[in-house]
Amino acid sequence: MSDTASANLTAPGGPPKLTKISEAVIRIAGNSQDGIQAIGGFLARLAGRSEQEVMTFMTIPSTISGGPSIFQVRVGSGEVLSSGDEADMLLAFYQHSYEDHISSLKIGGIVLYDSDHVEPKPEWQETYRHVGVQISGLTVEAIGGTGRDKGKNIYALGLLAKIYDLNVPKLTKLIEERFTGKDASVVANALTCFNAGYSNSLENLLKTYQFYPAEAKARPQIVMNGNEALAFGLIAAGVRFGAGYPITPWSDIMELLRRELPKYGGEFIQCEDELAAVSMAIGASYAGRVAVTGSSGPGISLKTEAIGWAVMAEIPLVVVDVQRGGPSTGMPTSIEQSDLNIACFGGHGDSPRVVIAPANVEECFHAAIEAVNIARKYSTPVLLLTDQGIATRIEAFDEPDLKAVCQDISPDLTAVQDHKPYDLNTTDGITRHLAPGTRVASGKYPVVTGLEHDELGHPTGSPTLHVKMNAKRRNKLRALSWELPVPKTYGPDEGQILLVGWGSAQGPLREAVDRARAVGDAVSCLHLRHLNPLPNDLEKVFRGFHHIFVVELNDENLYGFGQLAAILRGRYCDPRIRSITKTDGLTWKVKEILDRSRTLAQAIKSGEA
Amino acid sequence: MTTIAIPNAVLPRTTRTSGEPVPLLTDADRKGLTKKEVAADHPTWCPGCGDFSVLALYFKLIERRKIWHEKITTVAGIGCSSRFPYFVQAHGAHYIHGRALPFASGVSLSRPDLHVFVFGGDGDAFSIGGNHFNHTARKNIKMTYVVMDNFVYGLTKKQTSPTSPIGFKSKTDIWGAVDQPINPLKQAIAAGATFVARTTHTNANHVLQMMEAAMDHDGFSFIECLSECIEFFPAAFDASNPRKGGKFDLIGPEHDVTDEMAAYKLADEPFPGKFGIFYKNNRPTKNKLEADIITNSRAKVKDLADWQILQKTFDRMK
Repeated sequence: MSDTASANLTAPGGPPKLTKISEAVIRIAGNSQDGIQAIGGFLARLAGRSEQEVMTFMTIPSTISGGPSIFQVRVGSGEVLSSGDEADMLLAFYQHSYEDHISSLKIGGIVLYDSDHVEPKPEWQETYRHVGVQISGLTVEAIGGTGRDKGKNIYALGLLAKIYDLNVPKLTKLIEERFTGKDASVVANALTCFNAGYSNSLENLLKTYQFYPAEAKARPQIVMNGNEALAFGLIAAGVRFGAGYPITPWSDIMELLRRELPKYGGEFIQCEDELAAVSMAIGASYAGRVAVTGSSGPGISLKTEAIGWAVMAEIPLVVVDVQRGGPSTGMPTSIEQSDLNIACFGGHGDSPRVVIAPANVEECFHAAIEAVNIARKYSTPVLLLTDQGIATRIEAFDEPDLKAVCQDISPDLTAVQDHKPYDLNTTDGITRHLAPGTRVASGKYPVVTGLEHDELGHPTGSPTLHVKMNAKRRNKLRALSWELPVPKTYGPDEGQILLVGWGSAQGPLREAVDRARAVGDAVSCLHLRHLNPLPNDLEKVFRGFHHIFVVELNDENLYGFGQLAAILRGRYCDPRIRSITKTDGLTWKVKEILDRSRTLAQAIKSGEA
Repeated sequence: MTTIAIPNAVLPRTTRTSGEPVPLLTDADRKGLTKKEVAADHPTWCPGCGDFSVLALYFKLIERRKIWHEKITTVAGIGCSSRFPYFVQAHGAHYIHGRALPFASGVSLSRPDLHVFVFGGDGDAFSIGGNHFNHTARKNIKMTYVVMDNFVYGLTKKQTSPTSPIGFKSKTDIWGAVDQPINPLKQAIAAGATFVARTTHTNANHVLQMMEAAMDHDGFSFIECLSECIEFFPAAFDASNPRKGGKFDLIGPEHDVTDEMAAYKLADEPFPGKFGIFYKNNRPTKNKLEADIITNSRAKVKDLADWQILQKTFDRMK
């Protein structure tokens, strides 16, 4: 939506004009108990059913109930890479929502506000088109006056449906599905609210909008958030045991697995603490089938000792880390990418393990399967790093071919003649474990251990064996690095600036590349999904660029480099590798990335950096 | 579309290597295991350590009950006694300090076909792992937990342990321990353990009797086994050893093992106290309760393959 009318922003009267648009960014601001996530959820699922691209962004207060909260949804007929820098529409339920978020609107954007709660400011009426509707009062009126305005979110959804000419039958169906199973009056009330909003004449509106039809997708679209995608990915991968302890924002995954796994014959155990959770998962993995544990923030610190044991004993395991702001209790509901170091290096001693970070919601599903398979093939713990942004945002993506991706990883207990789990003479150097319950005809049974050990797992103080076993644990991950695909640049493989990112930075980075290229700047980006080990040959990719800027949501630290930047500098000894970091608890805006990279390139040129 | 670096197609269903096929052996074809067949490494314990008797009686239990190597899993944390798994010729795990119980819970809950035995000391059980002891007991996760209680930290050479009596002189309490010790039996009963017994390494028959009863109990069975540390707390248990002039008093037949209050009171007797089964009840295990949840959930999706169950869920997310 690129409407830049700045002059007469009040309606002249008459029916609004219909304008075709390819995408819209709608920010909904209210309090967390108002059901604003529900509005966003309906819009996202409608987009999925209409084969449109969609991405959402939300902030949740860390208070128990209530507090200001927003949900931003970007819907487009073409590719949507980020949740959008600036909004076309702000739906504001309260004065604070109005005042705090008006600056997120584009100049000339629409602010749709609840005139029962918002007193518009005259100085902003020139810049933004103001459309006031008595959302609370009209909602109460529509449902027939208990004096409560529950349902005003659905009323507002009706208004949005009108403004954006949304598909009413599809929305009605979504509302019916959402409230199915509840009292019939709940569905009836919701539909009444929706219809009341939809029939509002919206007298102060200049235009209504209509999306260009989206291109038909090859597969049906499925709509979910990153936590859901990751949990379902684990189920598809064959994981049937998990253990965890509640912590935000990881809890959604454990709740989902607790609810869903029994259908597949599996179980998820809520433990007394993080130490028990990781230990129980390791126990179940040892018992023959890769298990999962996970956490966020402080919970990951607590798990590190046990993860070190799994590295030493070479037990396959998946550990999910939904990163949030740190250190310590930090910023529990804010986004940050500051757990890369603990994921790669957390714990005492040399303990190489695998770290994977999906870039978006769809990748959460597939990365979970990949994590399980790497854990099994290399008999190693795998850390799966997502972040608060991916975890809670909703995207529509191609439904995976479940019949093809679902796998059986149940253990094989067939007897063997003899077995040395830590065999130093295997061709691939990878440890293979026997699940307990497997008979060993030679009568020599293996022990798994955190002590340095011989080939059967019995303790040894031999310096030679410690050297050899350290090499074994390290070399198998080197072998993995050769199996990893070398990532390709987004944009040409030569240019001025290469933006390197990981995790949720991918969308904004790609959009930054698109915008920079559109104005003639030679910018490309490289996204790394495999962070430990890194794929090989990255230096060949770096060769094509003058500058390599690593863009990540963490602190530049003592020496001026973010966590990935420091790892890449250590790996490649390339002084061109520089950092662009921030820790404001918010996702990257495309404009921020472009401004910061231009400034940094300038500073390097002028010798200031 | 994401490319997956490691597809499942290249992986076997298990992480073990394939070798020569091994002929099937039915239980009827197998002879019971001898002590020689179940003993592995020679124990690292000091000569005269009480833990030797516990190990010998574990072997005896395996022999007598005809348990096959592969059907037992021996789990331990950290401590002198926790070296146990290396000395037993069976699948085993030597895990981290204090967390043997949750590890064993993972094995027990996912593998109902195995007997899970956990061995450890008083530091592992009641100090660093105290929280897990309470929760494993209350959840009643099926396993047998033998705590070889020596009232001292032995592996780190004589520091005060959570069961050291007041006045015990250690390297961390040179003037004598001042902290109230934990009473393992009271702790277990209060936490909701469903089988609580006490024995001592100097009475071999009794140890074996308790181990058998614990193994047969369907639930979390806990045995406190006094096990003397000859090096750092010698003579600690002489008062319970008739050969040293002490008395070994069995719990009498009048005690009702299902009476929690009576058990608690009995557990409160001053050292040397009583020996035998203090408390026992048949509350359903976590294993059973989880299995029931699975059965109920599966009833709604019966005849569907896993991918079809997931497909049904995805169909609702469009």
